[in-house]
Amino acid sequence: MRFSARALLAAAVTAICAGAGAAQAQYSDGVIKIGVMNDQSGLYADLTGQGSVWAAKKAVEDFCKATKCHDKIEVVFADHQNKPDIGSNVVRQWYDVDKVDVVVDVPTSSVALAVNNITKEKNKVFLVSGAATSDLSGKACTPNTIHWTYDTWALANGTGNAIVKTGGNTWFFLTADYAFGHALERDTEAVVLKSGGKVLGKVRHPFPGQDFSSFLLQAQASKAKIIGLANAGGDTINSIKQAAEFGIVAGGQNLAGLLVFITDVHALGLKTAQGLIFTESWYWDTNDANRAFAKEFAAANKGNHPTMIQAGVYSAVTHYLKAVHELKSDADGAAVVAKMKATPTDDKLFGKGSIRPDGRKIHDMLLLEVKKPEESKAPWDYYKVRATIPAAEAFRPIDQGGCPLVKK
Amino acid sequence: MFDLIGVPPQALFGQLLLGLINGAFYALLSLGLAVIFGLMNVINFTHGAQYMMGAFCSYMLLTYFGIPYWGALVLVPIIVGATGIIIERLFISRLYHLDHLYGLLLTFGLALIIEGMFRKQFGSSGLPYTNPIPGGTNLGFMFLPYYRAWVVVSSLVVCLGTWFMIEKTQLGSYLRAATERPDLVQAFGINVPRMITLTYGFGVGLAALAGVLAAPIYSVNPIMGANLIIVVFAVVVIGGMGSILGSIITGFGLGVIEGLTKVFYPEASNTVIFIIMAIVLMLRPQGLFGTPK
Repeated sequence: MRFSARALLAAAVTAICAGAGAAQAQYSDGVIKIGVMNDQSGLYADLTGQGSVWAAKKAVEDFCKATKCHDKIEVVFADHQNKPDIGSNVVRQWYDVDKVDVVVDVPTSSVALAVNNITKEKNKVFLVSGAATSDLSGKACTPNTIHWTYDTWALANGTGNAIVKTGGNTWFFLTADYAFGHALERDTEAVVLKSGGKVLGKVRHPFPGQDFSSFLLQAQASKAKIIGLANAGGDTINSIKQAAEFGIVAGGQNLAGLLVFITDVHALGLKTAQGLIFTESWYWDTNDANRAFAKEFAAANKGNHPTMIQAGVYSAVTHYLKAVHELKSDADGAAVVAKMKATPTDDKLFGKGSIRPDGRKIHDMLLLEVKKPEESKAPWDYYKVRATIPAAEAFRPIDQGGCPLVKK
Repeated sequence: MFDLIGVPPQALFGQLLLGLINGAFYALLSLGLAVIFGLMNVINFTHGAQYMMGAFCSYMLLTYFGIPYWGALVLVPIIVGATGIIIERLFISRLYHLDHLYGLLLTFGLALIIEGMFRKQFGSSGLPYTNPIPGGTNLGFMFLPYYRAWVVVSSLVVCLGTWFMIEKTQLGSYLRAATERPDLVQAFGINVPRMITLTYGFGVGLAALAGVLAAPIYSVNPIMGANLIIVVFAVVVIGGMGSILGSIITGFGLGVIEGLTKVFYPEASNTVIFIIMAIVLMLRPQGLFGTPK
């Protein structure tokens, strides 16, 4: 009898808890639905893709443990194939029919800008980890979007400054011909000019590209000291591979990878990638929490280690869930984002940080250098941290982005 | 020195040469397609995936068995060609009595499946493959990597060899006869179905060879073929479906035109081939070297 009374008590307590949860939280359709949209099959699939989906699910799992799982949370995902039209269709379907409350990740700036508009129109939430264009917290900023992990200005600022300071004062840009490439080129050019450097030329290549030799030859002919690669993923890999082949680095010119991910370095191999300098916001081998996360990630993702984008998805989803949990509602997207901005961020991967009124998430950035093959002690041991750029200097000053949300 | 619309002639020579190098890939790939279409009337959309398999196969030979590039150059076309033969026997051979469209849909589906499997196994960002002939020479107007020179020469040799075999030898005459009147050729005691199977295997082997050549210079990833195959199809259409010589000449020619576009208006370099395709189809629907049916 004693046993059954105890069981009864336990059941009653569970029921009260669940009841309390249901009575307090007014989630639309009774569930918080997180939609991870990114490239699942193309050139950005490794640096976002299923890894980002895993990171979102992990964030939900960890949050669930911390809050005893009162909230019903669901993660769905989709492939936008890097095409704005497909991305827009998916997101409209998600918001209108599938009742998704928040869209996360979305690499490829052209797609992200489209999703940015739809999210505002439907008053949902958009947490950008994958896309780079700094316009998302600049002239295209909305009360419904937070740009989480990095942006073109931060990359340009970190890498551009470091390189100009060490003598790389003449530049030639190899730019992916779409919103992201243009933004990265523009932001880097501004940094180069501001630091007293000169831009000798630029060429815009179709996206995605395969053969860059023709563009590299133009870069070679420009005699610029630095060839800035304003592209990403497979395009960057091919550019670097072919630059080595055409003896560009051996000829005294240097490459600046303006957006390089750890998966790119893995694909290039250290022999080709060694010495590259670039900026990222997160690296797995910097502290114990990151290493533990990477270990779990690798176990679930064929040994791959997380990119900063995937870590950013974890961080963003964690903060979103906190805000919704405190608000006890996910219905009003702008209210959720306002709550997220009002609350300082704190998670195990990115540590403490904050979100500015223009939707820019602020944290430190890392200036990294790819190790020589003999310096690498283990698989995925690829980077040396050359410098940490403090949060206050890492991102574009809030008054320079042209975001209409910022009061002058 | 005079400039041509803002481009110094030295740079122009460099770009012409580069165009020729890229054209070598187009020629090699479109040749395989033209052989398969010309002799089997199958529009082989799996071609891009088979090119990718060639690159991956050479990566696997190197990584798992320690077989270097030069070994791969011989082995990979045979291995991937054999998989082509299996595909032809299992699937494609069942569609010969149907319209072209069914073959196209089948091979397109197969390409998606093959690419999906490689993506699942190897991820999308690609794998490293070391350049077997590093270094290069300065030609005065440009730096020519030895490896690229090798690509052009080997591609030319293979293309001309294939053309010679099909157009000038007895085996080639059997093949051509079998396309016209398979029943009659069979009556002469020649095993036509086997010949067709081997032809498909050969075409696939050519794609795989292009894949081996590409591995050291392009990122070895599952979508490398998907990006290229559409362009190569345009090359085949411009050259005239099934015309062997047409596909070789157009392959190199379009490589050069694309190279020039990269200098004068880089943004259009992905589209220029399709613009040419549209014009050719309007003025000469059978293609530049095709014969009207």
